[in-house]
Amino acid sequence: MTVSISLSVNGRTISADIDPRTLLVQFLREHLRLTGTHVGCDTAQCGACTVHLNGRAVKSCNILAVQAARAEVTTIEGISGANGDLHPMQAAFREHHGLQCGFCTPGFVMNAIDVAQRNTSLTEETIRAELDGNLCRCTGYHNIVKAVQSGAAAMKK
Amino acid sequence: MATPNIGQSIKRREDYRFLTGTGTYVDDVVLAGQTYAVFVRSPHAHAKVNAIRAAKAQSAAGVVAVFTGDDLAASKVGGLPCGWLITDVNGQPMKEPPHPPLAQGKVRYVGEAVALVIAETLNQAKDAAELIEIDYETLPAVVHVADVRKPNAAVVHDIAPDNTCYVWAIGDKAAVEKAFAAAHHVTTLEFLNNRLIPNAIEPRAAVASYSRGDDEYTLYTTSQNPHVERLLASGVIGVPEHKLRVIAPDVGGGFGSKIFVYAEETAITWAAGRVNRPIKWTAERSESFLTDAHGRDHATKAELALDKDGKFLAMRVTTTANMGAYLSTFASCVPTILYATLLAGQYTTPAIYCEVTAVFTNTAPVDAYRGAGRPEATYVVERLVDTAAREMKIDRAEIRRRNFIREFPYQTPVALCYDTGNYDATLDEALTVADVAGFAARRTEAEKRGKLRGLGYCAYIEACGIAPSNIAGALGARAGLYEAAQVRVNPTGSVTVFTGSHAHGQGHETTFAQVVADRLGIPIENVNIVHGDTGRVLFGMGTYGSRSLAVGGTAIVKAVDKVIDKGKKIAAYLLEASESDVEFRNGSFEARGRSKTFGEIALAAYVPHHYPLEKLEPGLDETAFYDPTNFTFPAGTHICEVEIDRQTGETRIASFTAIDDFGKVVNPMIVEGQVHGGLAQGIGQALLEGCVYDPESGQLLTGSYMDYAMPRADELPSFKVGLKETPCTHNPLGVKGCGEAGAIGAPAAVMNAIVDALSPLGVHDVAMPATAERVWRAMQDAKR
Amino acid sequence: MYPFEYHRPATLKEAVSLLRKIEDSKVLSGGQSLIPALKFRLSSPAALIDLGGVEELRGIKLEGATLTIGAMIRHAEVASSPDVMSGIPALAKLAAGIGDRQVRNSGTLGGAIGFNDPAADYPAAVLGLGAVVHTNKRAIKADKFFTGLYQNALRPAEIITSIAFPLPKRAAYAKFRNPASRFAIVGVFVSESTDGVRVAVTGAASCVFRVKQMEKKLAKNFAPEAIARVHVPPDNLNSDLHASAEYRSHLITVMAQRAVQAALAGQATT
Repeated sequence: MTVSISLSVNGRTISADIDPRTLLVQFLREHLRLTGTHVGCDTAQCGACTVHLNGRAVKSCNILAVQAARAEVTTIEGISGANGDLHPMQAAFREHHGLQCGFCTPGFVMNAIDVAQRNTSLTEETIRAELDGNLCRCTGYHNIVKAVQSGAAAMKK
Repeated sequence: MATPNIGQSIKRREDYRFLTGTGTYVDDVVLAGQTYAVFVRSPHAHAKVNAIRAAKAQSAAGVVAVFTGDDLAASKVGGLPCGWLITDVNGQPMKEPPHPPLAQGKVRYVGEAVALVIAETLNQAKDAAELIEIDYETLPAVVHVADVRKPNAAVVHDIAPDNTCYVWAIGDKAAVEKAFAAAHHVTTLEFLNNRLIPNAIEPRAAVASYSRGDDEYTLYTTSQNPHVERLLASGVIGVPEHKLRVIAPDVGGGFGSKIFVYAEETAITWAAGRVNRPIKWTAERSESFLTDAHGRDHATKAELALDKDGKFLAMRVTTTANMGAYLSTFASCVPTILYATLLAGQYTTPAIYCEVTAVFTNTAPVDAYRGAGRPEATYVVERLVDTAAREMKIDRAEIRRRNFIREFPYQTPVALCYDTGNYDATLDEALTVADVAGFAARRTEAEKRGKLRGLGYCAYIEACGIAPSNIAGALGARAGLYEAAQVRVNPTGSVTVFTGSHAHGQGHETTFAQVVADRLGIPIENVNIVHGDTGRVLFGMGTYGSRSLAVGGTAIVKAVDKVIDKGKKIAAYLLEASESDVEFRNGSFEARGRSKTFGEIALAAYVPHHYPLEKLEPGLDETAFYDPTNFTFPAGTHICEVEIDRQTGETRIASFTAIDDFGKVVNPMIVEGQVHGGLAQGIGQALLEGCVYDPESGQLLTGSYMDYAMPRADELPSFKVGLKETPCTHNPLGVKGCGEAGAIGAPAAVMNAIVDALSPLGVHDVAMPATAERVWRAMQDAKR
Repeated sequence: MYPFEYHRPATLKEAVSLLRKIEDSKVLSGGQSLIPALKFRLSSPAALIDLGGVEELRGIKLEGATLTIGAMIRHAEVASSPDVMSGIPALAKLAAGIGDRQVRNSGTLGGAIGFNDPAADYPAAVLGLGAVVHTNKRAIKADKFFTGLYQNALRPAEIITSIAFPLPKRAAYAKFRNPASRFAIVGVFVSESTDGVRVAVTGAASCVFRVKQMEKKLAKNFAPEAIARVHVPPDNLNSDLHASAEYRSHLITVMAQRAVQAALAGQATT
């Protein structure tokens, strides 16, 4: 069985006929070749696959692509400026060395943007709590926390 | 001259691609006509494989091929080798059982690969894998080191009837016995160094292809050392080394687990030749848990003999180390060369004896994981020291000071010779930064909130910059441990550096460029760093043991110096001076008051219209190999403060201070980042992480993130880190290495803090990981 | 995953009729538990009936003494809903601590109740508040709804439509979380209302349960010390990798006390 879906990915309307068991992350990575969204686990815990679905951070490895039909999906490839300028959150991760191997990074950035958009004040404690859906094995989170704080402030400007 | 780059926290050049999702990890690689591999894995910890019936799978939809151990054997595919030969105390070589990529006749751990299914799609491969029928005859399993030598223990390999791979010892046993006999006080501890699962967030993956036209194989794989992968994998599958190209593109963390040559990439590379199609395999996280080489898993009894003033007289250590079911690539050297040689720590302990028994069990292979042997050694030394201080009522900083090594070079009684260090400096700074003076007040305040507060020290040392090949060879290494570099100056004066040191988070593309730019006096933008491809990089031994800058960086410096030397020859001709008069500084070759820029010399080398062709080849492209003359010895003091909930036993890290001496620091931002990450892993080992197998069935109980607790942001504090610089004496950069320090120092610091918090209740030890229930039980038991 | 058919009905009626018509079909709500089971090939439904398009299952209503939450309302919506925060702040706080942030943006109340994971947080609130589970067929009291390990009172082709929570005088939830999965090793929901005191425990046994002995003591004296010596015997509690039955028994008392303390302080959670 295939199902026809139509959705917006990074502002572009996409229509496709897909096997309903296709995960959103598979659709993004394999059908659209948007390989910035990563898969780090199979129990929806590491958060490397985080994308925005209608503006909310979700784990694209734990949602079927058909569930995203008619929705707006934004991936790490869709947040920088048209000329390649980094989004303030991306820039903050670079500035504060909030990434090392880079594998978990897109998921952190996507979650962090959502965190920043939904919280008026971000203390270190709130940021640490709000990053509970993302695992990083490289940074010890120290610089990620700093990056999110700074990136969130920059987004308000 | 421009501001020097060395010592600056230059932002990383690799970040842009990672931040925009444009990096290339192995699973991102798609080759035309690619097929998908699924491995059928043993559900049993120990079983005979009586028959494998694959006919149904072979004829299933989309299936390209199904292979088993018999197919590999028929094709003369060999076993996965171990790179380090340890000699037993009886003079015999260690037991080296065969390690076939696909099981032959028997399976020895849950998750061991038994068959390989290749199909057009991943779903088809999975469907077909379910159709393979395997007749297993299950056997009793042995899992824990404590059970290995029980009379009726299962035998993992027939060639090791007592499950012993080797018994190895270091040190002067007689001197140690004598010192213990005369000691004023003896501190004794027995503990397990908990087994860990590395968990790089990128699962292992491989894409293999074969070109029949060229008779050449290409393997994209998640490797920390693609040249070693090529050397060993080509040997295993019987392909000439020059006919296999290994590419390790962006790799999402390694921590040791991606050093090794594994069954999966080896099998699919061989299979790509058989099916003449590209094959992709990406581990699901569950497979990573089952099959990535695990870390640690030592059972140790340790004793420290002291005189009445708290001077250390001798140390005696007996360790049983779990190798798992097979010897992984570097497994045998971890609990020996990388462990027992570190037992002097920062101290002048004159006599040390350590005996290590390495054993086989029905568990996944165990190998190097961040720190590899050195966290285990540090845990032994620093738990003993803290405990001895408490028992003898000596201040814990003071007892360390009384025993610090202060004269260098210092020959330890366990083989290593420390070239330099300043342990007082890191301890003093740590005491200040951690505000140890204010601890008593913080403890009192915590008590009012129903919390027990404790403070723990760890003054660690590690041996990095692995390793002088002659020493490694004498100790059983089957390879040299130098590093290689090529510095190619392009005609326009930009520079491409090819390094054998693979980067998978360490930021080499930035740090190495800083080194090269400064040495050549050219803008950093003009330097490009290339790594991770045996088709482009001449050779390399790879990234592990905090060796990249100390060894790989030095190889680059040597190659740069050769470029400068040749540049001087060219400049001498162009400036009509003698070569000895030419000086190179700030990117300029100068003689007799005239000068040529580095770019002009490069251009002359490639456009040799006016050039000493009769004496000198054109071109400016140099290679160098560097073999270190000694290990480097990073050291430092970590201080941890914890708070324990009296009711639940839950431990929180209240603060963590790490003052480290890594010698000269090229990029402080990157170095501090390495420390942070290591600390998180070390704290993870102390509080959260522990691999658990069912002791009877050998099933992995912590087989997913649902059951294996990884440190998350909300369980860690922001760290207080600081650096002291005592330059290494034997490499030109003065660097020592920083990648593992956090993971080495943190476990003992945390556990010493927990015991400190609980000691008023009469608790002397808590096992890692110190889960809430373990701490609660320790408190309950102390009440009884 | 094994292959399955996919349907996305627009109405509850259509969903129920699909569920009746297709043997071995399953409803898909947030998918946070179902999709991992599909990925591991542990579940192989013939069809998934996605409730994502059924508008009737959405909505949060605070009317009189009842807070009604639609089955397809996501945890994050509960956590940030002004109606929930004013009506039953303990419920908003509980929702804010389920799983992790991204899971809270996907998982739904109905899905969590319908799945009835023994360590899930929501069952503690539903039972601890004496809520009523509404389905396309009937209203089921919380005390009758949770029937065992991953079991509930739903019949074939029955779909949860909403949960009606009576507003308590005060309530709080105290959770001791599993550091790996972030589910509850022990979670205790305590409420006091005109109908009395309820103490519901999740994570500790095969299914959420009430501790009547604590309820009695707290009805007389709603204070932590009232239950300091009430222990749920470990005999029927879970013992696993993460906690022994004995430790869980201890934690139930500790967490119940903390929940009472928090309810008294108006803090909703600890």
